[in-house]
Amino acid sequence: MKEKLQAIREKAIEKIKSCDNLDKLNEIRVAYLGKKGELTEVLKGMKDVAAEERPKVGAMVNDTRTAIEEKLEEIKNNLANAAREAKLKKEVIDVTLPAKRNIVGHSHPNTVALEEVERIFVGMGYEVVEGPEVEYDYYNFEALNIPANHPAKDEQDTFYINSNIVLRTQTSSTQVHEMEKGRIPIRMIAPGRVFRSDEVDATHSPSFHQVEGLVIDKNITFSDLKGTLAVFAKELFGEQTKVKFRPHHFPFTEPSAEMDVSCFKCGGKGCRFCKDSGWIEILGCGMVHPHVLEMSGIDPEEYTGFAFGIGLERIALLKYEIDDMRLLYENDIRFLNQF
Amino acid sequence: MNTALSWIKSFVPDLDCTAQEYTDAMTLTGTKVEGFERLDEDLDKIVVGQVKKIDKHPDADKLVICQVDIGDRQIQIVTGAPNVYEGMKTPVCLDGGRVAGGHDGSRTPGGIKIKKGKLRGIDSEGMMCSIEELGSSRDYYPDAPESGLYDMGKDAVVGSDAIEALGLHDVVFEYEITSNRVDCYSIIGIAREAAATFRKDFVLPDIKPTGNDENVNDMVSVDVEAGDLCKRYCARMVKNIKLAPSPEWMQRRLAASGIRPINNIVDITNYVMEEYGQPMHAYDYDTIAGHKIVVRRAADKEVFCTLDGQDRTLDSSMLMICDGEKAIGLAGIMGGENSKITDDVKTMLFEAACFDGANIRVSAKKVGLRTDASGKFEKGLDPYNAEAAINRACELIEELGAGEVVGGMVDVFPVKPEEKVLPFEPDKYNKLLGTDVSSDDMLKYFGKLEIRYNESDNTLRIPSFRQDLLRTCDMAEEVARFYGYDKIPVTLPSGESTSGKLSFKLRVESVAREVAQFCGFSQSMNYSFESPKAFDKLLVPENSDLRQAIRILNPLGQDFSIMKTQALNGMLTSLATNYNRKNKNVRLYEIGNIYIPKALPLTELPDERTQFTLGMYGDGDFFTMKGVVEEFFEKVGLDGRITYDPEDKKPFLHPGRQADIIYDGVKVGYLGEVHPQVCENYNIGDRVYYADIDMPYIVEHACFDKKYEGIAKFPTSTRDISLVVDKQVLIGTMENAIIKKGGKLLESCELFDIYEGEQVGAGKKSVAFSLVFRAKDRTLSDTEIGEIMDKILAELTKLGAVLRQ
Repeated sequence: MKEKLQAIREKAIEKIKSCDNLDKLNEIRVAYLGKKGELTEVLKGMKDVAAEERPKVGAMVNDTRTAIEEKLEEIKNNLANAAREAKLKKEVIDVTLPAKRNIVGHSHPNTVALEEVERIFVGMGYEVVEGPEVEYDYYNFEALNIPANHPAKDEQDTFYINSNIVLRTQTSSTQVHEMEKGRIPIRMIAPGRVFRSDEVDATHSPSFHQVEGLVIDKNITFSDLKGTLAVFAKELFGEQTKVKFRPHHFPFTEPSAEMDVSCFKCGGKGCRFCKDSGWIEILGCGMVHPHVLEMSGIDPEEYTGFAFGIGLERIALLKYEIDDMRLLYENDIRFLNQF
Repeated sequence: MNTALSWIKSFVPDLDCTAQEYTDAMTLTGTKVEGFERLDEDLDKIVVGQVKKIDKHPDADKLVICQVDIGDRQIQIVTGAPNVYEGMKTPVCLDGGRVAGGHDGSRTPGGIKIKKGKLRGIDSEGMMCSIEELGSSRDYYPDAPESGLYDMGKDAVVGSDAIEALGLHDVVFEYEITSNRVDCYSIIGIAREAAATFRKDFVLPDIKPTGNDENVNDMVSVDVEAGDLCKRYCARMVKNIKLAPSPEWMQRRLAASGIRPINNIVDITNYVMEEYGQPMHAYDYDTIAGHKIVVRRAADKEVFCTLDGQDRTLDSSMLMICDGEKAIGLAGIMGGENSKITDDVKTMLFEAACFDGANIRVSAKKVGLRTDASGKFEKGLDPYNAEAAINRACELIEELGAGEVVGGMVDVFPVKPEEKVLPFEPDKYNKLLGTDVSSDDMLKYFGKLEIRYNESDNTLRIPSFRQDLLRTCDMAEEVARFYGYDKIPVTLPSGESTSGKLSFKLRVESVAREVAQFCGFSQSMNYSFESPKAFDKLLVPENSDLRQAIRILNPLGQDFSIMKTQALNGMLTSLATNYNRKNKNVRLYEIGNIYIPKALPLTELPDERTQFTLGMYGDGDFFTMKGVVEEFFEKVGLDGRITYDPEDKKPFLHPGRQADIIYDGVKVGYLGEVHPQVCENYNIGDRVYYADIDMPYIVEHACFDKKYEGIAKFPTSTRDISLVVDKQVLIGTMENAIIKKGGKLLESCELFDIYEGEQVGAGKKSVAFSLVFRAKDRTLSDTEIGEIMDKILAELTKLGAVLRQ
């Protein structure tokens, strides 16, 4: 009996070892361990075995079964692994083939620039608001200290709808709306479209965008204006950016200034970009004129403030090195797709 | 405004700085220098030479060989200049030197190097120069010949620096003067700023008394009728005029300022206008009827011939200078043809007046004639300056021997402005600036600006030329300018903190941008104004409200003359640009305003309605666009209740492929395929799909609040139905019927098949929906679902639908 079992075991294991596919392996399993398998047949012969021998023989049969099962499992695993390996080998792809990308649209460069500006000022606690583009003369001029017949009115080449209504020439008009609400402190920026009757060319457009800034509170100083705009310039153009304030004149601020930033192309050494000066003019700013505060119902003895105006296209053209302003309003996708 | 450094230095003699230092320092105190030009930048080794002997060139008819004395020696120069003569003194560029350009007036950056060489075989050791080769022109050196060498005249010193003699060792600065600094539109004003900037003395020379024993008041009378428009009128007289060229030093200074020398009288007028910023006018005294000047308003429709020979039609707002009979000048703008100085002038009347700036500005605009004089007057001049200027002019008349100045001055100056007095408030200046400047320093700055401090009442006396200094903040700026903007500290605002945020409208717009871009649309921007012809291109009928557009009074031409009432024209124009440039599969969106007037003509501000518009051609169809629209509505929390109504029939859209977008019964936009005729009008040879969402309504109702509703625990039951209906019945109508009767238990209703063909009969279509039911709290029974299905089918039957077996 023992010999018989040993023979079955060796033969079975031999067959299993030489098996090279899962179907055949299954056939082998059935041939030995199935209902009519060789080992089952041996068990059926147990009745002929002497009673005292049975436990011993039973244990031997079980050992044999376990040995065969283990081998079957081992080879099955080997075969499955080999099959997976083969499959993976077959599935090799050329990873350098072109990607399949979702077609995603692009923001207009003005918007890209505006979002940068908004991010900086929102982070400093400014609210982003808007005002009307078709505006009363009062808000665009008079309330900003530009009365009728003021030369500054001519300087700005205004589009008129009638004697009382204009296309706003500056987002500064939004300052007045904001101040009239009577909520102080004010920290706001107002982006928007403005209009001036300039013929279209590489550096002019009759319609462009500004971002106005206004801060009104107690104890606001010119040094606060400098500090705020220095932070802005560093955030927008990089940590190493230097700023320079030059005296200037705007009717609605006093003192007034223009701010230059160190050229972000050459770092201030001088290049074609900054016309060899090392500086690029970025914005106009100043302390809100007390008469402007008075006209909007704010007591200039109690409150002071500063205001600034940034040309959005100017930032976009400079930052993205766009050499012709007309590109901004043509909407050629080959242009837009670059932002 | 351009000035030569030498002229500034005549008032600030100690000024000693490079052109770059001057530029930087002046800019930082507020007199912005835009640029400068060194007149001798490209000139090198140029001396006065004298031609001693001229011989013919043996091999060239047009060339001559000159022996030229250059002071220390004699050299040989070959020239082709036609005007060379023996004894001529002319600029000579020596071997190794440089000239600025060619004799045709062309400039060579960096100059042209002159070297010894042979000209047609004859040695030539340098070049004799024309004025053009020295970088200038006959405009500024009127004595130069039309072509040929510049003749320096017999007084020039042979061997001396010719550039010096020509006054070209100078720098010309160009300034940007701000409109508040009227005083700086003059050499004196800029010189005063330069003195303050560099802390040097400002030396204003005393004007010598002028005039003979006669008195001009006996010879002419002045009557200012329009006193509101003429604050001051000064007049002086010059007899026995001897017209001649002005001296070289005056010509050079005028040339540097960009003014062409003409003759001594004209040049003096221009010179004083530059120096003092005060325009003056000279009348031929003998043409002044009654020897009487009347300053009055013009009559309406009065026609006047200005000295440029043009007839000008005037109105009663304009100020005229008249004599006893007729008008002789358009005040502050231009004199008259009838009184202008001619070569035969014997006696002239000088006028230096102070007219109302705003009036001059408006008048100049009305007559379309902006002159150097009106440009100065319109800024509002200092009446005290008129007297100084006219006396300076008379001083120059005597100095140049241009005539005999008559004694005295006619002066009509009824209301003398009082000296402005402001309190000296150092603490307030410092508080506004965030600085800690000492009072002493402030007073030093003020002193340089001729602002006097009166200690007894702690006040500042503002000079009359500083019309811009009116209140505390103006004085703070003066402190800031001379303390240095760069030295003011850098701080951040303190005080109550505020929350930074976008307005809700801008937040909704940013969602619109996100959705559009995610769906492949790029952002476009178009002008707010367009041509009224756009309506014709868009097939908009004559009586349409869309044509009620706001007109711009002074547009940049017809193409930019109305404010847009629809956004489609801009979108189609941009798509057409892309189509024309062969860009494929273009998708654009825009977020911009249209301008809807409440009434025309405009009496109040129009309704500015932000439109979110999408346009595309190439891949995709109506339903692609519809998908984008629905994506947007979902993202702003407005999904679920949109319906589409195809009945409006917009003329610019395909009649069978358009729909209004209805939300909660309100029309919030539309979409559709653009009418093929419209596409043709824009030269787009492809189908274009367009959607327009009216944002004000969306902003009002958008909601970004989200609530978790739980994940359904109970299973769904699905029922598919197939129906046959008339072809005209809209799927949307059927869906609405199903949703209405499906109630809360209907989770979704999806169209999965639509078929037209023989099997369902002509004029019919077969439609199949998959309905999914689910309850939150239980598994639905067949009976429950059966009841709902019955109700749905009953509702669909009302639409004429028949269940397919």
